[in-house]
Amino acid sequence: MATEILMPALSPTMEEGTLAKWLVKEGDTVKSGDILAEIETDKATMEFEAVDEGIVGKLLIAEGTQGVKVNTPIAVLVEEGESADAAPAAKAEPTPAAAEAPAAAPAQAAAPAPAPVVDQSPDWPEGTPMKTMTVREALREAMEEEMTRDDTVFLMGEEVGEYQGAYKISQGLLDKFGPRRVVDTPISEIGFAGIGTGAAMAGLRPIVEFMTFNFAMQAMDHIINSAAKTLYMSGGQMGAPMVFRGPNGAAARVAAQHSQDYAAWFAQIPGLKVVMPYSAADAKGLLKQAIRDNNPVVFLENEILYGRSFEVPDLEDFTIPFGKAKVVRQGRDVTLVSFGIGMTHALEAAEKLAGEGIEAEVIDLRTLRPIDYATVIASVQKTNRCVTVEEGFPVCSIGNHLSAYIMENAFDYLDAPVINCTGKDVPMPYAANLEKHALITSDEVVAAVKKVTYR
Amino acid sequence: MVRKPAAKESTSNVSRDELLKYYRDMLLIRRFEEKAGQLYGMGLIGGFCHLYIGQEAVVVGLEAAAKEGDKRITSYRDHGHMLACGMEARGVMAELTGRSGGYSKGKGGSMHMFSREKHFYGGHGIVAAQVPLGAGLAFADKYRGNDNVTFAYFGDGAANQGQVYETYNMAELWNLPVVFVIENNQYAMGTSMKRSTKSTTLFGRGEAFGIKGEQVDGMDVLAVKAAAEKAVAQCRAGNGPYILEVMTYRYRGHSMSDPAKYRTREEVQKMRDERDAIEHVRDLLLTGKHASEDDLKAIDKEIKDIVNDSAEFAKESPEPALEELWTDIYAEEKSA
Repeated sequence: MATEILMPALSPTMEEGTLAKWLVKEGDTVKSGDILAEIETDKATMEFEAVDEGIVGKLLIAEGTQGVKVNTPIAVLVEEGESADAAPAAKAEPTPAAAEAPAAAPAQAAAPAPAPVVDQSPDWPEGTPMKTMTVREALREAMEEEMTRDDTVFLMGEEVGEYQGAYKISQGLLDKFGPRRVVDTPISEIGFAGIGTGAAMAGLRPIVEFMTFNFAMQAMDHIINSAAKTLYMSGGQMGAPMVFRGPNGAAARVAAQHSQDYAAWFAQIPGLKVVMPYSAADAKGLLKQAIRDNNPVVFLENEILYGRSFEVPDLEDFTIPFGKAKVVRQGRDVTLVSFGIGMTHALEAAEKLAGEGIEAEVIDLRTLRPIDYATVIASVQKTNRCVTVEEGFPVCSIGNHLSAYIMENAFDYLDAPVINCTGKDVPMPYAANLEKHALITSDEVVAAVKKVTYR
Repeated sequence: MVRKPAAKESTSNVSRDELLKYYRDMLLIRRFEEKAGQLYGMGLIGGFCHLYIGQEAVVVGLEAAAKEGDKRITSYRDHGHMLACGMEARGVMAELTGRSGGYSKGKGGSMHMFSREKHFYGGHGIVAAQVPLGAGLAFADKYRGNDNVTFAYFGDGAANQGQVYETYNMAELWNLPVVFVIENNQYAMGTSMKRSTKSTTLFGRGEAFGIKGEQVDGMDVLAVKAAAEKAVAQCRAGNGPYILEVMTYRYRGHSMSDPAKYRTREEVQKMRDERDAIEHVRDLLLTGKHASEDDLKAIDKEIKDIVNDSAEFAKESPEPALEELWTDIYAEEKSA
């Protein structure tokens, strides 16, 4: 049977091209793989190969013709003893999906605000005995408990084993679980992040420790492209249930390459969950939750907070759900929204403000993906003013995102523009006085609150 | 047709059934890829589409050494690997056309397909990312204490990425059961090996890490199989990784939109005429009187039917429902 040869699409964007040259003539016998013609696209001149065997019955488009649309018949291939006229009248091929006008799916305005159904239920039962514990101990206990509970959980990273952890978060774990489950790696961030992700795709639950998140930049491809996207790209067949954790943000006097808050970077990626705890109880409950979660979780700790002590529930097992912010301090005059070490400045500012008769409500977001918008909106509806507090850079910060969200969903409740308190828009300097100036301070938060409360 | 005999024809231990299987499996890949090229030309397949034509003996030879539970992972030139490990032609083709019947429900495309059932872990679009991921799959098998092996395929182009060497180091350090298969088709997109490295071999780079390896004629499926069996045996025995540098050749461009100005048409034609892997097995079948021309014609017809059926399925399978945009971003429940 005669078959039509159609003008091919030779690149993802080609719609038409020039039939530069025929390399066969009518009557030639061709087989699969033979070059039929040269076709010019906007990018290059390409050879066009035969797919079927046959005899060139007729060349329908003369060489040199420009603007030949993709899928136009350009030649007819016949079998031995067959006439070119036997070619089927150019039948209307079903319009290929690719050429179809995009289905009318108007870009929806951002999803309407969820009616703020606020969950401020207590994280643990009333009357639970508490114990004092540092963030460091809380993180270690979380890993120890989860590794005891589930044999597929293991820890890998630089100096996590014999050295007992560069920041001593994994102290004692090697002794308890052995080298099968506490794996010291060489200094190879992209390599071990990739190996960890592969192990997760195969069903293990790795905790990949970065000595600091600054070094995770070397591994960004695996966090984003391999871990976060696989579930979607596989149509739900496999994902990467794992945790990437380590200290994030500025420590002290370690300058630009070791002092950066990556919260906003990771929070942008669908497929990741992003956690940034402040207190020891949250660090423990959220890390346990992260290890059990079936998705890749970026867990951002803070070196300065490691040594701080907090009250932690003395329970055999407790977790804190993602997407549930915590109202840490009640107030009626202004909402302060923060997370991670930003909470230090927010709480300090609230204390100072209280002394001046301004009652600030302080919300700890705790997780940045998902974000608990409802708690923020409900608070803003009450206080009518909002200041966000974070250590990261100002451009495209978490605060910027919240401002936009509040404007879209609670505009009529606002009595003043939302102000974002952030770190300064400079690489972190080394000099002590400059470093202090680059970081967010509680005085800046106080000043911002006075501005939105017109005091 | 003039065929150069492979260095040593090791057909004595090969059964008729095996030869027929290799013939069939390689032919399926080639005809499938030709059809994919055709559908791309018709605008039914979009984006990037990297064909495997010419390299069929690599993956078919490696698969001959695999057993149930072994894992495989590769780059974006992945259609051949999926067919060779038993994934359905229909599901692969329908993914190429972006339809709901595809392996990833149309959300992955040519470069991103997976099968939990067949232990195929992708389909990865970032050059060399699959190498540490593959070592991670092997890590999981070692962790669980089974004797499964992972095949981590990558090209001569990927061999110049740093993460390959971080992976070599850890794979050998931890004795991971992974076979690194370098499919050396001699061109990293348009850059020949000569223009990208002064190394004369790629497997030899493993030596620095203590990893054994060898170069194999990738146009001879029996040679690939023999080398694969040796590599796999070493890994199953717990003796760590192994590198196979399989010398092969792709007949088509790097992707569909490759003007192919970096090599001559004669060079390509010479490989097709003298070293074609499918013709090689065909010759063995015919000269060894294992099969007649008619037998092979029947196989050709059978393959053509499978491929045409996959193309029909891929055209008729509906596009994914718009709700699919919002599914599979997060896995729901947490583990028990």
